[in-house]
Amino acid sequence: MSEEYKVSIGLETHVQLKTRSKIWCGCANVFGSEPNVDVCPICLGYPGTMPVLNREAVKLTVLSGLMLGCEINRYSKFDRKSYFYPDMPKNYQISQYDKPLCLGGSVEIEVNGKKKTIRIHRIHLEEDVAKNNHFDGASGVDFNRAGTPLMEIVSEPDLESADEAFAYLQALKQILVYGGVSDCNLEQGNMRCDINCSVRPESQEQLGTKTEIKNMNTFKGVHRSLTYEIKRQIDELRKGGKIYQETRRWDDEQGVTKAMRSKEYAHDYRYFPEPDLMPVVLEEAEIEAWQASLPELPATRRQRFISEYSLPEYDAGVLVAEKAIADYFEQVAELSGNAKAASNWMMTEMMRVLSDRDAEIVDLPITPAALGALIKLVDDKVVNMPGAKTVFAELVEQGGDPQAIVDAKGLAQVSDTAALDAWVEEAIAANPKSVADYQGGKQAALQFLMGQVMKASRGKANPPMVLDALRERLGAAG
Amino acid sequence: MATPAFSSISTARAALQQGTCSSVDLVSDLLAAIESKNSALNAYVSVDREAALAQARAADKTRARGEGGTLCGIPIGVKDVLNVTGQPCQCASDILKGYRSPYDATAVARLRNQGAILLGRLNMDEFAMGSSNENSAFGAVRNPWDTDHVPGGSSGGSAAAVAAGIALAALGTDTGGSIRQPASFCGCVGLKPTYGRISRFGLTAFASSLDQIGPITRTVADAAALLTAMSGHDPMDSTSLDQPVPDYEAGLTGDLTGLKLGLPREYFLDGIDSEVDAAVRSAVAHCEKLGAEVVDISLPHTKYAIATYYIIATAEASANLARFDGVRYGAREAGQDPLDMYGRTRAAHFGPEVKRRIILGTYVLSSGYYDAYYLRAQKVRTLIRNDFEQAFTQCDALLTPVSPTPAYRLGERTADPIQMYLGDIFTVTANLAGICGLSVPCGFTQAGLPVGLQLLGPAFGEETILKVGHAYEQSTDWHQRRPGVWAGGADV
Repeated sequence: MSEEYKVSIGLETHVQLKTRSKIWCGCANVFGSEPNVDVCPICLGYPGTMPVLNREAVKLTVLSGLMLGCEINRYSKFDRKSYFYPDMPKNYQISQYDKPLCLGGSVEIEVNGKKKTIRIHRIHLEEDVAKNNHFDGASGVDFNRAGTPLMEIVSEPDLESADEAFAYLQALKQILVYGGVSDCNLEQGNMRCDINCSVRPESQEQLGTKTEIKNMNTFKGVHRSLTYEIKRQIDELRKGGKIYQETRRWDDEQGVTKAMRSKEYAHDYRYFPEPDLMPVVLEEAEIEAWQASLPELPATRRQRFISEYSLPEYDAGVLVAEKAIADYFEQVAELSGNAKAASNWMMTEMMRVLSDRDAEIVDLPITPAALGALIKLVDDKVVNMPGAKTVFAELVEQGGDPQAIVDAKGLAQVSDTAALDAWVEEAIAANPKSVADYQGGKQAALQFLMGQVMKASRGKANPPMVLDALRERLGAAG
Repeated sequence: MATPAFSSISTARAALQQGTCSSVDLVSDLLAAIESKNSALNAYVSVDREAALAQARAADKTRARGEGGTLCGIPIGVKDVLNVTGQPCQCASDILKGYRSPYDATAVARLRNQGAILLGRLNMDEFAMGSSNENSAFGAVRNPWDTDHVPGGSSGGSAAAVAAGIALAALGTDTGGSIRQPASFCGCVGLKPTYGRISRFGLTAFASSLDQIGPITRTVADAAALLTAMSGHDPMDSTSLDQPVPDYEAGLTGDLTGLKLGLPREYFLDGIDSEVDAAVRSAVAHCEKLGAEVVDISLPHTKYAIATYYIIATAEASANLARFDGVRYGAREAGQDPLDMYGRTRAAHFGPEVKRRIILGTYVLSSGYYDAYYLRAQKVRTLIRNDFEQAFTQCDALLTPVSPTPAYRLGERTADPIQMYLGDIFTVTANLAGICGLSVPCGFTQAGLPVGLQLLGPAFGEETILKVGHAYEQSTDWHQRRPGVWAGGADV
């Protein structure tokens, strides 16, 4: 029997920070402009220009560190990392070498019900580079992205499978979005990562030789490339081959990783301290104020939802996954005074609408106040569930006041005994066979009769009262 | 030609105020002088006549309205390394051929705000790398006192223009002596301010932790006036310091009583030119006569300064000059791929001294060599800084030669870069320590070449060295001598 292999994966995740302006100049930090519009002599690296540190980028990096439980360096500095490439305006990147802003920390993940802590090695702050575009016979550089504040989160090689890497990225994204540090919008390149991956026989202590897969920009791509690379390395070792320390490129179309030419990655970065910037010295009071401003993180919030609202673990997990949805839910729960109903609406109707429309909750016309009011109308028996769903559909389309919609559409529930009795008599008279079936012991027949009553009332009859009336009139099932 | 264009900023300013001449007169006189004398000196690389005259006319109108800053209508020459909106900024390099600045350097903008006219661009060693102004894509600059001699460098064009009367005053930059040494070779006043005193924003960086902008002028008072106008914190330069800016001219009281001036013994070596040594020693004696006390000082780490300087400066330069790659501006040579294009562009358009320094700097930062060179150099730099801190507990300023020799002949040292580097021995220390330094004329050799006296002061000690320099200058007449090519005829 062939030996089993252990996998060790470390991720270097680059996250664009959500600041108004770039890291060294006043240019807008936005996505989607025409090429070379959000640029100035500074981010173009013109002769004589100098960087000035955007303090907001420092704050967002430190907030990230605090959320991930990192130690914050009170003294941090920037360094120049030299390499020639057309996307680098200065042909050196201002980054942090030996004094990053954050050290240590961790991310909790869960894969197939198994919880695990992934350690963070460090987080540093640097500038993003420009974007190269290739045309027929020529290339162009778009410098809009150059100088976007970029945070690099380096994990320890604690991840042991493609699934774990995927879960780690998702957990990281959730935390960073929660903290308002980044939108982590993958389509816009807000989050990209480099993968370090090695395998070794189970009996071996020491990590195997690693390969690096650069510039992954989707979580799915990370999963697929790792699945391929892990198998490639194990197959190679199984057949007596050797893993070379090298940089590989993921070919998404072919679904394989390919070794890059050594010239493409053999760098001596010649780091040295950036003489144009002063070291970053953080005051205790500043860090404390930032710590105090942190939002409740997803894991804590999930626990609170379970205990405070008595939600099932699964539902709590779904609701906290996105901060906007969790915030929405909490508002509905408070306004309706019925957390259980709020959770049911969110888990079923709301999730369906969001997924059908691929929409963000904040973009829907239905407000938490409206949904809260609707739940109250149900609880007060003003409208029944079928009616409430009609109101919900209307609110999703154009918003508005639930009571007004109930009135306008005539959806108010009928609980008047005389009216209900008339509909019940009508249904019994028109369906003798169902009556006989029910009396003969078929419970389903009662549901049919119930449906007939609801139909006659155009959905407005109070369902529990109808059921009671039917049972009373027909006696217990035989 | 009889305007104060050939005198000093102070005189010209007074004449403008009294209405005895206009800014158009000043600029016209200088333009005519440049026309007749520049070809012999090669000091200016470009002059925008029309723009200068237009600015002069505007300044005269401003002044007529009773408005205008402290330099309203005063023409200033600018070293080709400083950005002035719309003007070429080639740094005397082929690689920036055709490049024009899209913005003003902060120091330039501050002069402009005071009404100064930015007359033209002055030659220099390519990217400020050199001590003789022979490393220029525009060709060497010649010393007005003897055109077979170098004017010093790297701000050689600035010093030569001021000395020859084709600039009233000029801006230079000093990374290891590039203001003080050419000022000394040409018989001008040159001030290297404290690191952080004047914003570096818009100064095309050679060595970021050493570079400073400063004035080259005919009098200490003029240097003080320009320093006052350019100093102060700039939000665009994080290394500029938020220190109050005094009126430096007002501090020129002429009174040296109670001042202690130190003579660092390591700056009076055997190898020093005897005429330089004699001129400086006599200047020291003169200062004593003016009321200062002279004390013996030691700066023990001086002998490591040149090595330290050429490691740090070249390391920073190797990164600073990486941006000149042909992608966004300047010259470009076609290549098969980007790296090939960079190689061809940089090989074709950087001069030999610039290449030498980029290679040196790249080497000292390379993996495996960093600790032995760059890191060690930074440690020695701290020791040199400590030497000065210690010295300034014992005296208010130091007196030294600027350069071990007077101006040498063109071509005399070009074959031996090390010899050229060693000439910077007395000037690089101030940049390494971040302190201020002033060069004032203190004599002439028998061959008629100027000699400079260097005054070194502590960080933000400009007031002291300017006061000493001014008192010395005003009680001697070295600054009033004019070279043979002098453009201005008789002084006003």
